[in-house]
Amino acid sequence: MTVLEIRDLRVTYTGRGRRSVRAVDDVSLDVLPGETLALVGESGSGKSTIARCVMGLVRPQAGTITFEGQPLGPVDRRPASAQRGLQMVFQDPGSSLNPRMTVGAIIREAWRTHPAVAPAGDRAEALAAVLADVGLDAGVATRRPSALSGGQQQRVSIARALALAPRLLVCDEAVSALDVSVQSQILRLLVDLRREHELSVLFITHDLAVVRQIADRVAVMRSGELVEQLPADQLFTEPAHPYTRDLLRAAHQLEGAAFDSFDTDTSGEQVS
Amino acid sequence: MTDRPPTALLDVEDLEVVLAAGATTGTVLDRISFSVDAGRTTGLIGESGSGKTMTAMALVQLLPAGARTAGHVWWREEDLLGARARRVRQVRGREIAVIFQDPLQALNPTQTVGRQIGEIPRRDGLSRDAVRAKVLELLDRVGIPDPEQRIDAYPHELSGGQRQRVMIAMALAGEPRLIIADEPTTALDVTTQARVLALIAGLREREGTALLLVSHDLRVMANVADDLVVMYAGRVAERGPARAVLDSPRHPYTRALANNVPSVRTRSAIARPLPGAPANPFDRPAGCAFHPRCPLVTDRCRTETPRLRELEPGRFSACHLAEEVTP
Repeated sequence: MTVLEIRDLRVTYTGRGRRSVRAVDDVSLDVLPGETLALVGESGSGKSTIARCVMGLVRPQAGTITFEGQPLGPVDRRPASAQRGLQMVFQDPGSSLNPRMTVGAIIREAWRTHPAVAPAGDRAEALAAVLADVGLDAGVATRRPSALSGGQQQRVSIARALALAPRLLVCDEAVSALDVSVQSQILRLLVDLRREHELSVLFITHDLAVVRQIADRVAVMRSGELVEQLPADQLFTEPAHPYTRDLLRAAHQLEGAAFDSFDTDTSGEQVS
Repeated sequence: MTDRPPTALLDVEDLEVVLAAGATTGTVLDRISFSVDAGRTTGLIGESGSGKTMTAMALVQLLPAGARTAGHVWWREEDLLGARARRVRQVRGREIAVIFQDPLQALNPTQTVGRQIGEIPRRDGLSRDAVRAKVLELLDRVGIPDPEQRIDAYPHELSGGQRQRVMIAMALAGEPRLIIADEPTTALDVTTQARVLALIAGLREREGTALLLVSHDLRVMANVADDLVVMYAGRVAERGPARAVLDSPRHPYTRALANNVPSVRTRSAIARPLPGAPANPFDRPAGCAFHPRCPLVTDRCRTETPRLRELEPGRFSACHLAEEVTP
């Protein structure tokens, strides 16, 4: 059974005095058990809007989202099991963690909201275990997010998600704001956690190099449309769609190397 | 100044910046030394808190109020660090131009791009028509399509990539000998980034302008820098020709950075992540600032701060064990 099934999703934003924009245009996607599906595209491609629909934060005009066989409505009409089974990690942990609460209080609050998965016995012990899972000392529990580094804050966001025993983790540019030496720690952590907790991951990013490190499959978006969907290995060796080739060529160019093994169209790299 | 290379356009010597934050003070830049040669691209690379932007801003005295400085910034036989503010303002924007990361914040939203690019030519006393012709030529040179149409546009009417091109055109208007670019492509999409970088690299080749490029992105640096200055916690960890520094690092931090950068070419970047977080210059570890994260750490590293030393001509490292670092 697919973990997440998105069918014919459409989101239209209406601008004042302007014509409406199709942010997401009839997109269908599946996330399979235990896999990491990367959703890639440039700014305005609609990838974050899809994440927001999955989380129930944006209401689509058309289409369905099904989580483990259960159709999903807006977040306030979702059964508790679907709410906790789907957790999100945001780009900027500094603004997605409550600055007035300690790390311990942040995680306990998640358990208070979802008593069904709250630890039965000693919560202090369970708290330490969740923190250890993301590579943090138990001592962090008494500190506030502002006293932590960016990497530690992102570990707290992941711990808060994990505390609810989710089935699917939605990561929206979760490592984009981190320093490179810290970025690789968090990517490593996500790979390990996915295996240990049998998680599926919907990983949203603009960075193809990051995709190469962690994705099993990739869906490429452009201007609200799904351009192509393919196994990650194939994207880096034989991308089919011209737009995917353009993206990959630009990424290679940034790394200072010409990628010409599939070079048929060079119009995308002309200055202006 | 006897060993100053004859081609050095800018020579930074033991630059120090001390900032106060509340009751504590921090030496945010600790004896930074490097030079920028004419016609070359020097990359200043580091993670957050490394002082790369602070260094760039110190060169043209755009520092936070209350900052105390020491050392020298030699610009063509003149020490800019000791110069009067009026003199530095003359140099800035003319001989040395600065391109900032976020063009939307650096551009004036109430003026057309043509007016902003034309500011220096206009101050030079060029006629209206001559200023307009010069601006059109600059817009064309930075690859803005249809300059006649775009010259009267306001910043918000342009795309992110076009705004960054406008910033570059503004920088070029003063015909500078050095351009300082602080993360000029970080806010742009990857396809736009590649084009703006190609433009910047092309300028250097055609105009012989020196470029000081500040970035956290090693991929960008590998692509465009001739020389690299690797910074960590407000100090220079390593510097030298870019190719040599990246291919055979002489500092464990550079090596870790190179191995940790995700690449579209391989899947190995997350194999052995570096532990910990970048050090904070306000709370710098004793000895070598990198020692708590370093796989080669010895007792000496914990107590004795390594000096930047020349290992071979042009290659400098601030590591006690520089000779033992293997790629």
